[in-house]
Amino acid sequence: MGLIEFTSAVLLMSVLAGLLGALTGLGGGVVIVPALALLFHIDIRYAIGASLVSVIATSSGAAVSFVREGFSNVRIGMFLEVATTVGALFGAYLTARISTHSIGIIFGITLLYSAWSSFRQKENEMPHAENLLAAKLKLSGDYPTDHGRQAYMAQNVPAGFGIMFVAGILSGLLGIGSGAVKVLAMDRAMKLPFKVSTTTSNFMIGVTAAASAGVYLSQGYIAPGLAAPVMLGVLAGSLLGARLLVRTRVPILRVVFAVVIVALGVEMIYSGATGRL
Amino acid sequence: MASEADLKMEIAISQMLRAGVSVAAVVVFIGALLYVSQAHGVAPDYRHFHGIPSPPDRIPPLMVVHHLDSRSIIRVGILVLIATPIMRVAYCVYGFAAQKDKIYVVVSSIVLTVLLYSFFHA
Repeated sequence: MGLIEFTSAVLLMSVLAGLLGALTGLGGGVVIVPALALLFHIDIRYAIGASLVSVIATSSGAAVSFVREGFSNVRIGMFLEVATTVGALFGAYLTARISTHSIGIIFGITLLYSAWSSFRQKENEMPHAENLLAAKLKLSGDYPTDHGRQAYMAQNVPAGFGIMFVAGILSGLLGIGSGAVKVLAMDRAMKLPFKVSTTTSNFMIGVTAAASAGVYLSQGYIAPGLAAPVMLGVLAGSLLGARLLVRTRVPILRVVFAVVIVALGVEMIYSGATGRL
Repeated sequence: MASEADLKMEIAISQMLRAGVSVAAVVVFIGALLYVSQAHGVAPDYRHFHGIPSPPDRIPPLMVVHHLDSRSIIRVGILVLIATPIMRVAYCVYGFAAQKDKIYVVVSSIVLTVLLYSFFHA
């Protein structure tokens, strides 16, 4: 393929991934790696490197709107970033150690989990319970609801911290934001309100990804000619998606995108298991 | 908890993040345009992993930029992008210090240390 055709095709695919990711709330990053690896037959390590760069860009670019809504919690985010950054550094080192087949299989499983978790969005009952550790670490806050500001306090802090460490490893290993696992830690384990979980998670993704980026650069995973169209494409797509989202709700698109993610997940596991990655 | 101060801090942070991403995107875009226009021909082989970059790729990026090497320009943009969340955490250390929140000065300093280790050491 010629350079211009190749770059345009990658750019177009990235815009689409960013757009769908933003419209469905599933994040564009998760489909970039399988698309590059399966459709463009790019080595998974270059795909992971390009994806990680796009994850930093979209997370940081989207932060402004999340913060203004007043849902994200800077202390909870910072506390859990201790776990995700250490995990991400560890995950980035693992990428150099384990085979691309295994990476493919782990990636596939993560994709299936992301798709599944996107349909499970129940609101937690308000945790008023006092929690000694959470109080000491100031892991509490309040957020706007229809009936005024609601107070909340984190529960099960060690469990949440542990799951965040795993989220960090996955992010560093696979070059993704691993938002689904971050939400699992905050929403399910720590019983934080769903909106607080998702917005704080998005705020954390860029910092987590930055922790593995240094390792990726020195290992040669970030190929500039590939990372550039992926980063610009995903960023443009997700900004456009965020604009459109204000006007439209898209449940059907969400189902379609989830099906795409499941298909990519199955294909990644299959390709990894048969040694084609 | 100092919610008002936190919100102010978060808004300052998010504006910083947006500025960093914008600068990075412009630099990468310029680099990408040069890359496509200079290196006409076939796309490089990404099917096979070439391992750790050869020495010319590891020269400090700023040294190469004045040769207008497109890949180095893209690399500078990516470095700006990676530095953006690191700046965010650095600002949090300062913000928590201003609030005299000792625990979170320590917490954010740990995060900053991990990030700087990765950025400079890896």
